[in-house]
Amino acid sequence: MAVVREITFAQALNEALDYEMSKDPKVVVMGEDVGVYGGIYGVTAGLYDKYGPERVIDTPIAESGFVGTGVGAAATGLLRPVVELMFIDFLGVTFDQIYNQAAKMRYMFGGKAKISMVLRTVCGAGFSAAAQHSQSLHAIFAHVPGLKVVMPSTPYDAKGLLISSIEDDDPVIFIEHKALYAVKGEVPEEPYSIPLGEADVKREGKDVTIVATAAMVHKSLEVAENLEKDGISVEVVDPRTIVPLDVDTIINSIKKTGKLVVVDEGYPRCGFATDVAALAVNKAFDSLKAPVKIVTPPATPVPFSPVLESEWIPSTEKIEKAVREIL
Amino acid sequence: MEEISKEMLLWMYEMMVKIREHEERVAELFAQGKIPGFVHLYVGEEAVAVGVMANLRKEDYITSTHRGHGHYVAKGGDIKASMAELFGKKTGSGKGKGGSMHIADLDVGELGANGIVGGGIPHAVGAGLGIKLNGLDNVAVAFFGDGASNQQNFHEGINLASILKLPVVFVCENNQYQISLSYDKQQTIKSVAERGKAYGIPGVSVDGQDVLAVYEVAKEAIERARRGEGPTLIEAKTYRFRGHFEGDPQVYRSKEEVEWWKKNKDPIKLFEEKLLEKGIVTKEELDSIWEKVKKEIEEAIKFAEESPWPSKEEVLEDVFSTPTKGVLVWQW
Ligand SMILES: Cc1ncc(C[n+]2csc(CCOP(=O)(O)OP(=O)(O)O)c2C)c(N)n1
Ligand SMILES: [Mg+2]
Repeated sequence: MAVVREITFAQALNEALDYEMSKDPKVVVMGEDVGVYGGIYGVTAGLYDKYGPERVIDTPIAESGFVGTGVGAAATGLLRPVVELMFIDFLGVTFDQIYNQAAKMRYMFGGKAKISMVLRTVCGAGFSAAAQHSQSLHAIFAHVPGLKVVMPSTPYDAKGLLISSIEDDDPVIFIEHKALYAVKGEVPEEPYSIPLGEADVKREGKDVTIVATAAMVHKSLEVAENLEKDGISVEVVDPRTIVPLDVDTIINSIKKTGKLVVVDEGYPRCGFATDVAALAVNKAFDSLKAPVKIVTPPATPVPFSPVLESEWIPSTEKIEKAVREIL
Repeated sequence: MEEISKEMLLWMYEMMVKIREHEERVAELFAQGKIPGFVHLYVGEEAVAVGVMANLRKEDYITSTHRGHGHYVAKGGDIKASMAELFGKKTGSGKGKGGSMHIADLDVGELGANGIVGGGIPHAVGAGLGIKLNGLDNVAVAFFGDGASNQQNFHEGINLASILKLPVVFVCENNQYQISLSYDKQQTIKSVAERGKAYGIPGVSVDGQDVLAVYEVAKEAIERARRGEGPTLIEAKTYRFRGHFEGDPQVYRSKEEVEWWKKNKDPIKLFEEKLLEKGIVTKEELDSIWEKVKKEIEEAIKFAEESPWPSKEEVLEDVFSTPTKGVLVWQW
């Protein structure tokens, strides 16, 4: 019988890693402080004791070197590395290994390479970590063909999507929002997988569609709850994976409600929100009854002071305002 | 030399000749406009790839560079597939999607040329990690240039291989130029091999024009790696006889300098002289190797020329391993 308990997002990820490592000796974890320390957010806790230093590898601060090591190990087929990049903001020092190497090898080699690697990384503002430790850069990865980009919002999705990502034969960028690690939710004890490319309608509604990612899913659900009191019915769609994107679920929802608000913590220009807005205009233009709204941070670096940062992050007030403007 | 079998000596000779002939023909085909894009040729550096590869098995891995044809040939890559790739044909190693800078043959452990200087170095470290964790006695060899030895991937890759004690051999092909910048202006040390010390691994410098010297140094490093004793850094001092890429006006070096190297340090000539002097082979045997190789190269060229172009739909194939609906084309 299925056992379902409430556990945190971080624990759900840990269960997925533990399951994959116990099942497949090719799965190894590497990154900074992932071993004895258990990862700075505790996601790899206990794995070092269980699987040892050979499979849970503490690396020096050499992101290009160890991400590239993951790419090479995956290319040989000898390992399925899960590499941790401590903060998504550090992609700058290893981006070549991600966007020129991992993403393109399969294509350039005529389909003969399988880069079965997961790059787990941490995004998101809200902790006064300032401009170099708070960004949401999923759009940069999604921009480059050849990478799958996963962004769960709940513990349940986190576990199922991480299992699928590790079992996937393509490079997957798995992005975890820091504000979600402590969030609790129902998660089955048994392993299960959620296919990459399937959105989840987190709440059904008929007046407005909100497409939201990661932490913004929770804020959007809060807004939906509030608006219900005023008789406004909001549908919240969580794409869960940015690449592949479940276009059908998004478009079907827009066709139903005729109105779209996209809520995303990425920067506003050339980002995920503008991408979905363009999608709506091109594939559901005739169904749209109002302009598409996007709710994102401003085009500024992430500020440090709590007062400034909370102004920067899309708030429930801003989301609600956007919804009301197009009602 | 005495302890190396005649068969192995002839293999080395044949491989060096094969690389030379391959590259000279590619230069002609490029000049005729038959090969598009950038090509960086390996003429003059043959002894490095061959001296190292003589110690490798099919199951061993290598990572290569933008100047990668020599590595591919010596590792036993299928030259019909690579020639077709150079032409951009459907039958190419990358189905015409990679070209000269991205030729790979995973079936023989050739993990790929690379358009990014230093980009492949950590891939060899990853291969080494895979080998070690799977309990195999194979090795991985990273080839790269002197220019690449200033890249983060060189430093980070060697350090990782050192702390994890991986079976990786780092082979720096110091051809004394990174495009136009000469080696003495890139770093203040006499030899890239000195950098081994910084990472706690042996660093050895060798005459890269002497295939037997390269063979010996590589043999020791590779055997050490197979025994689980960790990585070695080798610097092979060499010289490229042609421009950085085809079409390079070479304003940064004198004709005399190039001629001096061609006359005095041609790795094939030097090896040939040695083989004849020691009476190991006859001139006829060597001539017949040239004949055989020329035939093989011509067959590869014929194959490439006669191969079909990729079909237009193929632009959408091979991005992901599983078909992913709606990912590749956004119809707006
Ligand atoms: C990261 C990066 N920077 C610059 C270049 C452009 N580039 C291609 S080859 C080359 C010189 C490389 O020199 P070296 O490593 O010595 O190799 P060689 O060409 O001499 O074989 C440069 C600068 C590149 N491809 N990648
Ligand atoms: Mg050079």
